[in-house]
Amino acid sequence: MGWRFATNGEKEMSNGQNGAELRLVTPGMAIGPSAGIRVGSGALAQNDTIIATRLGWVKEFNNTVSVDPINSAYMPRSGDLIVATVAEVRNNLWFMNINGPFQGLLPMSLAPWKVEFGAARQHMGIGDVVLARVQEVDECHNVVLTMKGVGLRRLTQGSLHSVPINHLERLRGEGNATLQRLRDACDCRIIVGENGKVWVDGNSEGTAWARQAFDLVLKSGHKDTFEADLTALEKNAPKNGDA
Amino acid sequence: MGGYGDVQLLRDDGLRLDGRKLDEMRPVSIEAGILPAADGSAMVTHGLNVAVAAVYGPMEAHPRKIQRQDRAVIDVRYNMAPFSTGDRIRPGYNRRSREISKVTAEALESVVLVERFPRSKIRVEIEILAAEAGTRCAGLTAAAVALADAGIPMRDLIVGVASGKVEGIVVLDLDKAEDNYGQADLPVGILPNTGEIAFLQMDGDLSPDEYNLAMEYNFKAAAEIHEIMVDALKRRYEGGEN
Repeated sequence: MGWRFATNGEKEMSNGQNGAELRLVTPGMAIGPSAGIRVGSGALAQNDTIIATRLGWVKEFNNTVSVDPINSAYMPRSGDLIVATVAEVRNNLWFMNINGPFQGLLPMSLAPWKVEFGAARQHMGIGDVVLARVQEVDECHNVVLTMKGVGLRRLTQGSLHSVPINHLERLRGEGNATLQRLRDACDCRIIVGENGKVWVDGNSEGTAWARQAFDLVLKSGHKDTFEADLTALEKNAPKNGDA
Repeated sequence: MGGYGDVQLLRDDGLRLDGRKLDEMRPVSIEAGILPAADGSAMVTHGLNVAVAAVYGPMEAHPRKIQRQDRAVIDVRYNMAPFSTGDRIRPGYNRRSREISKVTAEALESVVLVERFPRSKIRVEIEILAAEAGTRCAGLTAAAVALADAGIPMRDLIVGVASGKVEGIVVLDLDKAEDNYGQADLPVGILPNTGEIAFLQMDGDLSPDEYNLAMEYNFKAAAEIHEIMVDALKRRYEGGEN
């Protein structure tokens, strides 16, 4: 499509998912001319040139150029399924740590139980982990969560892990295929929250293996060797019925 | 910036006391992602200066009175370690560190897309572990790399670099003796891709010609440092080490 990369980016960008197309850019680096190209996230048009605003991998899709950031904070969107932790309790609401810049608010009216005023602590205390959905985010970043919905609940067992937000897609795979592979390999229940928090429930061997898999996503989620590395890791997996 | 006495700062062969040419920079090396607990971090070694920067956030701004409804605030804390200089310095905030924190925050606010994070705060900690003139520039460079490492959206990186005047001659990147006994110091924060200046201070006197030459040196050095910054960020991730 007549795409011309800037000189800075023409250096070797090895280990990319799509060979030479994938390249790492730093803030301010020119990605290419903006004529006829739509500017996606992580980039902006400045003086007929698209420049990167984040450290990340250049992605071109549907005539839109964006930068897939290597690190980014979780910015909640309405409808996101997240794994959140109780940070504060008030008489009629809970403040939840959603792994983002702002805490989420879970009012007692959106809890799955009938909660009397002043009895919020009897249902959930600081440190409790829940599976919740983002109900609403306003322009001032006030986040309201809900636990009313199928499957939304308090997570009373298992362990909590973190995965970079930008690698969630890689962790899930096409149609959750990769995630299902992980579940089968470690024989654990795994829930991936949009906020980069992953809940794993299973025996200790399975959990330890899942943790290795998350580390692999962290280290080589952006590489084309990821599939091969994951397949190699699967050979050491505690298969069903092992423990 | 004393500018007094008869301290010889240039050798008879025209080179400086440490053997550098007039427009030669001290060696610079940068490493990104050195602190696992921070969202982004960097260490800059500029000559004998060692600056470490750590970035946390964006996070909810506290106390609430510092919140801005339409943008994030950048909270910079510049500090020199007591052991960073030959004579031990008193630990904690002082007038100088307050000033440098303020001007660094203002410089960074001009490159960070603060409007993306209303009501939040981005905390930048700059710690000078070793000082030998030019710590505010090393700190600013380290902060820019740490911000990029943290995934904070920015319209450009920012490079801190300084020139000055010794014995009536403009030189690039003053060392300690030149800073103490020279006649002028011109630290600037340059946006390397656009050539804009986000930060400029001047101590001492420069004529317009000297100023132009000093800025020419600064831009040249900024381009070199920018390459090292980009290389540090790429090295961190292209090797697959996260």
